[in-house]
Amino acid sequence: MTEIERYYAPASLEQAVDCLQEAGGVTVLAGGTDLMPQKNAGRLKPQRTLMNIRGIAELRGVELSGGEIRIGALTTITDLLENPLVRQHLPQLIEACNHFASDQIRNVATLGGNICNASPAGDTLVPLLVLDARVDLVSRPEGRMLRRGLPVAEFFVGPGKTRKAPTELLAGVTIPLPPENYLGRFFKFGTRPALDIATISIGFGGILEGGVLSRVRVAFGAVAATPVRASHTEAALEGRPLTEATIAAAAAAARDEVTPIDDVRASAWYRKELIHNMTKRILDHVAHA
Amino acid sequence: MSLMHDIDFTLNGVRRRATVRVDMSALDMLRETIGLTGTKYGCGEGECGACTIQVDGVSLNSCLMFAVDCHGRQVVTIEGLGADEASTRASALRDAFVEHGAVQCGFCTPGMMMQASHLLDRHPHADAESIKRGIEGNLCRCTGYKKIVDAIVAVGEGIAP
Ligand SMILES: Cc1cc2nc3c(=O)[nH]c(=O)nc-3n(C[C@H](O)[C@H](O)[C@H](O)COP(=O)(O)OP(=O)(O)OC[C@H]3O[C@@H](n4cnc5c(N)ncnc54)[C@H](O)[C@@H]3O)c2cc1C
Ligand code: FES
Ligand code: FES
Repeated sequence: MTEIERYYAPASLEQAVDCLQEAGGVTVLAGGTDLMPQKNAGRLKPQRTLMNIRGIAELRGVELSGGEIRIGALTTITDLLENPLVRQHLPQLIEACNHFASDQIRNVATLGGNICNASPAGDTLVPLLVLDARVDLVSRPEGRMLRRGLPVAEFFVGPGKTRKAPTELLAGVTIPLPPENYLGRFFKFGTRPALDIATISIGFGGILEGGVLSRVRVAFGAVAATPVRASHTEAALEGRPLTEATIAAAAAAARDEVTPIDDVRASAWYRKELIHNMTKRILDHVAHA
Repeated sequence: MSLMHDIDFTLNGVRRRATVRVDMSALDMLRETIGLTGTKYGCGEGECGACTIQVDGVSLNSCLMFAVDCHGRQVVTIEGLGADEASTRASALRDAFVEHGAVQCGFCTPGMMMQASHLLDRHPHADAESIKRGIEGNLCRCTGYKKIVDAIVAVGEGIAP
């Protein structure tokens, strides 16, 4: 096991990305709610430097500008729940945060940590997918700040794996402001309301005008190696009147397009049934909204 | 040998220095390095809430926090909550737990009190429903929770002894 040789707690984003640029490997520490259990279970290979980014004030907070909502990577789940912009515009994200772990964990767990941990069951990831979020990645090669944005849908590669380079820090996410009549839903199925990892989760977003759906987004969690957009389900809904027949077709498409696995929380068969029934339930609710 | 690091923080109102292993939890630091054993080790993985403390005014699981991250912060443990006679809320909570029989074996009690005091700081008149949600991260194997919720509600309503 590599030993930690250095502990570093930068106060600015520049210092943090300079540190990542150094050779030798860095473990980034935010809230620590994933890192600590992973370290204790021996599942984390600590790098030579442990870099605590929690002191970088500019990475925490929510702002609206130019028709986009920017959320800093260090914004906690509790911050999101208490933020008026998030409450008003991003209903799926609020719903996901509401059923996230426990109060004690929500108080420290960061949005950036949830994204970078890249669990297929990470609760905020499905809402971010349906909200068309982009991740903002920062690095500093040769002393120059380099920022790149990537759609969340392209960010996840597998469990715990993302397209973030080791020299990059996640600065936050950017979400286009949903229109006034936007409808957003999130549903997480677990065996108890708190401290439960999702058996499956479903996110929905779209506009219902004159009974017809448009700009439909559907995404699922815990049914594949990464959280996924559900393109067939979206196609079964886009531009159609939200009738019982449409809902039935979309729920069937949802069941057919997911490829879950058997694990301790549920069998693949049960997950497919859940996806079918809960997609139907969400759409029923939307139809009557 | 793991790397050691010096930190400087406020513990229960008193400035304090400690030398800690960089990969150590705040819980281990409190119990083993500093010797304050009021904060309990239940699961070590964020599930039970027995290790709940308050840092910069919010409650968290000390078993998930890196001790080095205490540097520069205000840390309050059950010893600080109990000792703070200036806080009428803390003594009201203590009395209400006794009065309502909210303590049996007592293992969950320090964590429950720390979380309850955080909840009442945020929502001074929290009702039973929101208190139940607020202590979702605290397990109690003895009481069945009802007496704990009753005690916290009573303090919130200001009707505790
Ligand atoms: C008991 C328990 C219950 C939980 N329940 C839930 C739940 O209901 N839903 C859920 O989704 N998750 C849950 N989690 C997991 C965890 O709390 C979340 O994933 C949390 O959001 C992680 O954030 P953090 O700030 O604590 O991350 P950390 O543990 O600090 O970091 C997580 C990972 O991200 C990396 N990282 C963090 N920030 C950045 C950044 N800005 N740039 C680059 N890399 C970064 C770290 O290096 C690390 O690999 C639970 C965890 C526990 C222990
Ligand atoms: S010991 Fe920390 S939550 Fe159980
Ligand atoms: S009183 Fe025994 S665990 Fe709660």
